[in-house]
Amino acid sequence: MSTHFDFVVIGGGLVGAALARGIARENLRVCVLDEGDVAYRASRGNFALVWQQSKGINMPAYANWTRRSVELWPAYAEQLQNETNIDVALQQEGGFHLALSDAELERLVSIAERVNGQTGVNPYPYSVLNGDEIRRRLPGAGPDVVGGTYSPLDGHLNCLRLYRAMHRALIAAGVDYRPGNRVVRIDYTDSFSLSIEGGGQIKARHIALAAGLDNARLAPMVGLSAPVRPQRGNIIVTEKVAPFLKIPVQTVRQTDEGSVMIGDSQEESGLSEDINNGIMGVMARRAVRMFPAIADLNIVRMWACLRVLSPDGFPIYDHSVTHPGAFVATCHSGVTLAAVHAAVLAPHMAHGRLPPEAKSFSARRLHVSKTD
Amino acid sequence: MFRRLTEADGALVSLTINGVTCDGRAGDSVAALLLENGYAACRTSAVSGKPRGSYCMMGVCFECLVEIDGVANRQACMVQIAEGMDVKTGTGRRRVTP
Repeated sequence: MSTHFDFVVIGGGLVGAALARGIARENLRVCVLDEGDVAYRASRGNFALVWQQSKGINMPAYANWTRRSVELWPAYAEQLQNETNIDVALQQEGGFHLALSDAELERLVSIAERVNGQTGVNPYPYSVLNGDEIRRRLPGAGPDVVGGTYSPLDGHLNCLRLYRAMHRALIAAGVDYRPGNRVVRIDYTDSFSLSIEGGGQIKARHIALAAGLDNARLAPMVGLSAPVRPQRGNIIVTEKVAPFLKIPVQTVRQTDEGSVMIGDSQEESGLSEDINNGIMGVMARRAVRMFPAIADLNIVRMWACLRVLSPDGFPIYDHSVTHPGAFVATCHSGVTLAAVHAAVLAPHMAHGRLPPEAKSFSARRLHVSKTD
Repeated sequence: MFRRLTEADGALVSLTINGVTCDGRAGDSVAALLLENGYAACRTSAVSGKPRGSYCMMGVCFECLVEIDGVANRQACMVQIAEGMDVKTGTGRRRVTP
């Protein structure tokens, strides 16, 4: 088994798999060192939205980076289809945020205005709709919906097939994927030497840390910083039913195979993946107020998973000053950003640099002392 | 295809499968009774439309979904039979009527 690579990506989730495939495209020998199935793996628990709305308050670069990815997604999905014969069921025909009170509607409108009013943001198209307009556009929306916002840029996909496609694409590209290889130590002389838990060493000219929550532990080993924390999200999945909700709502969507997914809770709960029945109840009640007809559906699965959040919620991309050739990449929106990670971030990393658009995402922004 | 290993001594329970009266023994699951009565398949897949039937018999695989007393897509292996129960097989993809 080979122990020397041009590039080693630590982490085989959505971020790591997108980067590794993109880097391999630049004709480098790439290895992915991943943990096992019991790893805290946001990529296994996500809600599968490809989403633009509401993103980028206080960080115009994030709104624009998201926009880039949303626009790259059709080509990325086609590429995955060609390389793996897997259709990830990408649908970008718009998406809604729904409000169940006037205060919620005001908040939605304010978020849209705040994002798009910032200097330097490429504004996303959106419209504000009242309850009747929502009910016309979304058959099945209930009388409690007082309004919402809609953007034609939003969409969703099949997250199970996406993850499988990304991994199959890795194998097809000749990337050496090694699960069960937790990195415990990184040494650097003229190249990187990665020590694997239980023994073994891998050497690489370049490395990218894409290990989700574990980036917090790994980054300081190579002069980087990734102070990410877990934030728990709960998801409810119903039995499969005939299509009734073609356009996704930010917290309720119907998958291409018919399940209804209800999601998007946010809890600060440390590393616990226990589900929270109280929160599940609130989520289910809100979903039923949005779409009363789903009240009778059987719930077949519920789970909790941990988001990977930086202190300000935005991605961190960095290139080490003290350990040239070491990169870190971490974000919350691994689905939405997969396309830009594969098509833009990865090729630059393969050439030993970050793309200019990624410079705003250095963790150095988090170290500026606050004056207020 | 399936037969009981022993004649259980549970009380006879009478119910209907697709309108036809069947007898089982107290403690039987709906899935077991379906298999005993020759229902290798009890529904069609909501994705592919292909026939599906009981598989794991322990609540994990969700293949044995049937309509029981008017409630669609219940797991037949997780429900014990009851006197007068109304079981319907062959339900396909459920519809949500707005």
